[in-house]
Amino acid sequence: MSRSILLRGGRVVDPSQSMDAIADVLIVGETIEGIGARVAGDARHRDGLETIDCAGLVVSPGFIDVHCHLREPGREEVETIASGARAAAAGGFTAVCAMPNTDPVTDNQAAVGFIIRQATIADAARVYPIGAISVGQRGDSLAEFGEMIAAGAVAVSDDGKPVASAHLMRTALEYARTFGVPVADHCEEPTLAAGGTMNEGLVSARLGLKGIPAEAEEIMAIRDMLLARRTGGHIHLCHMSTRGSVELIRWGKDRNINVTAEVCPHHLSLTEDAVEGYDTNAKMNPPLRTADDVAALQEAVRDGTIDVIATDHAPHHYDEKEREFANAPNGIIGLETALAVNITWLVAPGTIGLSVLIERMSCAPARVFKLPGGTLRRGAVADVTVFDPQLQWVVEPKRFKSKGRNTPYAGQTLQGKARYTIVGGRTVLRSDA
Amino acid sequence: MTLSLGKDLLGLEPLSGEQIQLILDTAEPFKEISERAIKKVPTLRGATIVNLFFEPSTRTRISFEFAEKRLSADTVNVASSGSSVSKGETLVDTARNLEAMRIDMVVIRHGASGAAQFLAERIESNVINAGDGMHEHPTQGLLDLLTLRDHFKRLDGLKVCIVGDVLHSRVARSNIWGLTKMGAAVGVCGPRSLLPSAIDELEVTVFDRVEAAIEWADALNILRLQLERMQAGYIPSLREYNRVFGVSRERLDRAKRDILILHPGPMNRGVEIDSDVADGPFSVILDQVTNGVAVRMAILYLLSGGKPELAEAAKRGGGGGDR
Repeated sequence: MSRSILLRGGRVVDPSQSMDAIADVLIVGETIEGIGARVAGDARHRDGLETIDCAGLVVSPGFIDVHCHLREPGREEVETIASGARAAAAGGFTAVCAMPNTDPVTDNQAAVGFIIRQATIADAARVYPIGAISVGQRGDSLAEFGEMIAAGAVAVSDDGKPVASAHLMRTALEYARTFGVPVADHCEEPTLAAGGTMNEGLVSARLGLKGIPAEAEEIMAIRDMLLARRTGGHIHLCHMSTRGSVELIRWGKDRNINVTAEVCPHHLSLTEDAVEGYDTNAKMNPPLRTADDVAALQEAVRDGTIDVIATDHAPHHYDEKEREFANAPNGIIGLETALAVNITWLVAPGTIGLSVLIERMSCAPARVFKLPGGTLRRGAVADVTVFDPQLQWVVEPKRFKSKGRNTPYAGQTLQGKARYTIVGGRTVLRSDA
Repeated sequence: MTLSLGKDLLGLEPLSGEQIQLILDTAEPFKEISERAIKKVPTLRGATIVNLFFEPSTRTRISFEFAEKRLSADTVNVASSGSSVSKGETLVDTARNLEAMRIDMVVIRHGASGAAQFLAERIESNVINAGDGMHEHPTQGLLDLLTLRDHFKRLDGLKVCIVGDVLHSRVARSNIWGLTKMGAAVGVCGPRSLLPSAIDELEVTVFDRVEAAIEWADALNILRLQLERMQAGYIPSLREYNRVFGVSRERLDRAKRDILILHPGPMNRGVEIDSDVADGPFSVILDQVTNGVAVRMAILYLLSGGKPELAEAAKRGGGGGDR
């Protein structure tokens, strides 16, 4: 007889079936066996039944992060697939997609297979590899999408680097369409962004830092939506950061272009003001923008213009961030703060409800990247997140499961924390508080 | 009321008008020391100062060194070439090593904006910013203010236009903050490609034509045009820059009134400034250099804990600051 778990008495929020009610969820083996008021009775006589009291907690389909950097192979001192998968589980993520800017680049089937094997050994959150668009992410020639996808890749991306050539992007969209995977697009017009280290504006002018104008992102967003319209390919715009991008995505969706988009928790919560004092933990690409951009992005999450919230989890060694601002690398970690940042800045002020949050963190990522999960329907894979939406906690980077410590939220009190993360019926996170 | 500068001098933006005034007033008695036959007072005897120059500099480095030596401090110069920096040592490690040697003050010139603040946050010693990237060059800003004040006897209500590559200039930023805080009106003039795109959000008047700037201003502070800006495509050619924005005798002659000419150096004669202007009657470029030493002495004195009201006594060779 399979192992079973009864999640008892929680507030079950599952946007995939428009559900928001106090109910029990029964997991048998690797799948959701039932949901509702009666499953507890059915479950009572099962052998080896584990009952988890979920009173006061939210039970939701497991969170899926379609955008993170796990650094293995190549920078195992910064993060490994195992440490990243554990960090993901600690943050309530049941699955993550690993970007291919590893060393060597994940641009072939063997590299994809390596990530899947390491993830299996890690036995925490699922890890889905994303293959490179171009060989070596050099922007010259297409990587072997077909073989990578056959080996388990779920999307293609040159994330970290823009695809400068419009021709290469066009070809990638056409070729990816053959295999039904999205092209995840790092939108950055390289000649406009060259040398930039923060948002271009008054703060960059004052601090004497070279700026990255909003247009560097927006030009590529519109270019690639137009190419998606031409080719019918699926363009997924990564880490959108400006009001202009939001307006362009609305334009594209109104015209039924096959476009989806994501935004990161930091772009929903922080502005360029966080760079004051040259804080390298406020340095990322795309950069933190203005309060007006944050407002536009929050509204886009609310109305669905932006489909997905993704972390862009980017661990760096502390030595690398302990540098002059211009010389520090881009990126912050996000797997273990995403839920709390989203609750603190979006749910607690009433901008969105928990149902929309879960849609953007679970259902939409599964739908957009065609991944299992994102639902608690009977028979679905038992990837479940149980979280406390009220719990206040202080961010202490040294307690992270990630090897990264580079977060701008250190020392802040945030609201909301994952309590149980269940992947395929196995509890990979069990947190008392 | 005791007004102090705090531990470090990182820029003019964080300073109040009163603090800037304090530095300028303190510089006055120190001017005279450099005019003596024996240009030395014991004010900073026993203090150790490191001049940490990660970028090439002649004027600023020598000026600091003279200021330090004339106050009797023990100084060490470190340049990036020939030091552990060229061996790949990080700034934080350099900082820790300096700290371990119990240095009293560090003067830092660095190519990265924020480098002085980075250092200041990590060591106990006083840190003086001698230019950080495109951010600030506060001692240059202060010596410009002192030179303007010497000539006009006031800063309040003065109209000063900064001409040239404001986008990449730390001198421009320190001047904008310093002048604004002292009640002067600031203009900027240069090709739009060399002005920050957010310039309209700063309290400055933008002039597209240098003729209009000359017409408006009491003084021009003409910035050096870095030759690499042309290679980077910000302007088409130095020749055209000189034609459109160069400050020439002819352009000054057409102005209705006399105008003071400042330049932080080193000059590109025939590019941003013509020789007959640089060497002409309105130029105070060498006065700036002279004032640079006095301003830096004042800053060293104040940061080391010296009492402003005792600066006159310090000059006479009496007691130094409480250290």
